[in-house]
Amino acid sequence: MNVTGRVFKYGDNVDTDVIIPARYLNIQDKKELSEHAMEDIDKDFVKQVQKGDIMVARRNFGCGSSREHAPMVIKESGVGCVIADTFARIFFRNAINIGLPILECPDAAEHINAGDQVSVDFDTGEIKDLTTGKTFQAQPFPEFMQKIIRANGLVGYINAE
Amino acid sequence: MGMTMTQKILAAHAGLESVEAGQLIEASLDLVLGNDITTPVAINVMGGIDKKSVFDRDKIALVMDHFIPNKDIKSAENCKLCREFAVKHEITNYFDVGKMGIEHALLPESGLTVAGDCIIGADSHTCTYGALGAFSTGVGSTDMAAGMATGKAWFKVPSAIRFNLIGKPGKWISGKDVILHIIGKIGVDGALYKSMEFVGEGIQYLSMDDRFTIANMAIEAGGKNGIFPVDEAAVTYMKEHGSRPYTVYEADPDAVYDEEITIDLSQLKSTVSFPHLPSNTKTIPEIGEKIPVNQAVIGSCTNGRISDLRAAAEIIRGKKIADNVRCIVIPATQKIYLKALEEGLIKDFIEAGAAVSTPTCGPCLGGYMGILAAGERCISTTNRNFVGRMGHVDSEVYLASPAVAAASAVAGYITDPEGL
Repeated sequence: MNVTGRVFKYGDNVDTDVIIPARYLNIQDKKELSEHAMEDIDKDFVKQVQKGDIMVARRNFGCGSSREHAPMVIKESGVGCVIADTFARIFFRNAINIGLPILECPDAAEHINAGDQVSVDFDTGEIKDLTTGKTFQAQPFPEFMQKIIRANGLVGYINAE
Repeated sequence: MGMTMTQKILAAHAGLESVEAGQLIEASLDLVLGNDITTPVAINVMGGIDKKSVFDRDKIALVMDHFIPNKDIKSAENCKLCREFAVKHEITNYFDVGKMGIEHALLPESGLTVAGDCIIGADSHTCTYGALGAFSTGVGSTDMAAGMATGKAWFKVPSAIRFNLIGKPGKWISGKDVILHIIGKIGVDGALYKSMEFVGEGIQYLSMDDRFTIANMAIEAGGKNGIFPVDEAAVTYMKEHGSRPYTVYEADPDAVYDEEITIDLSQLKSTVSFPHLPSNTKTIPEIGEKIPVNQAVIGSCTNGRISDLRAAAEIIRGKKIADNVRCIVIPATQKIYLKALEEGLIKDFIEAGAAVSTPTCGPCLGGYMGILAAGERCISTTNRNFVGRMGHVDSEVYLASPAVAAASAVAGYITDPEGL
């Protein structure tokens, strides 16, 4: 599976409070909720994001609250993949569980720039920056997590078990 | 190879002789927790799971605490969904307005979390119960749904950092100063994916409330869990509050740790996290300027327990909250509220000019009951000071102990009791 899109780039410790502020957590509708994605650090994100775009950030992406609303709004907004140096552990679980593709690749996270066109091959973990021509290799997920990902998240995995 | 305390609990719950760091396991759960923000999402997820019943109606706890008493129609609809789910599945431990408290203060107090348990909660501060010697960790709503249906969760067995606490802390130094100091030292991802295992003779000087505060904020260092050995104080606490049997696990003498960090509690000073990260710490003597505050919040799952209120009341008693400061005190549970009332602490707060609220997470996450306007600054005993956490994106939250928050509320600027 592949995804190609334009990069939105962020720094270290992007927390779930800025990904989706708690003042909106009373909203159940995913689409309505996703209209507020990233608004406390990037007001233009929602206006500019297109299906398949890629989010690139540095260390500890998704730290803070356990709210699954965070990976949910990123997925709902159309983002095809999040690449970071590291993910906070609850965000990591949540992303796998709801089927939001994520990759840990410090090299890519450091060298990819905002606005670059990037293509990701989930089968091989290869990340290509089409703007700069650079190629990066992400660590593949353990087999168990790949099963969850292939089942489109934890619910599909449990039902199949 | 020896196992850490966390690894031993996980091995026992996975039905394995031993586990090692990095291993993926499936563990049986003793408790699955959710609140009024995360449970509605989990209920929707459960709709997609083939198995429609819950694994054990006694091992699920649903606590309405974030936006209650409901702040608006949407919050009311969410709680209604949780309430109907609890009735339908005959959930034993459903806590609503009047009987509730902030989840991580309420569940230990209700005897629902004990040493040796394996607990997941759809709330990041679920790591609090490590104070009692349980493995407990925060997850999302899908994990919660899967946990409610199957009674199981998958984990990557964590490695650990061993924190050796030595020495006796000074009078005003609390668990909050200890954990803010540690987060300042190792950073907000300093324990990423890892256990934070606390050991050492210094633990004897930390009350259970101090330990709850420390374990509570393990997540703020990126930790999977924070955990304390089960000593006499922990056993006494469980006997006073619990009816469930508990199991004591101890780390093997040859357990392997990624790192050992020694903290001399006698050297700690009142510590404050500056905006916008919990790791951005300074001690009160290091601040060196008068930073005025508009609001002081004393409460939350981190610091809304009785010893927190006692510390704050001791400072506020007989004094007045500064004219330009709004001081909001939120006892974490109904029992704590009542105890504070009986001890005269509520009178102290009200006479000083503080507002006292029914238990709620409220302002901690910028929900309601103390939202900040642009440019405003709050000294708070809560756990996060991210951008926009308590309100406007241009507001600021400074994290501190109840003693520092109370002293600052009286002074009108950030200070500790010594500075009053």
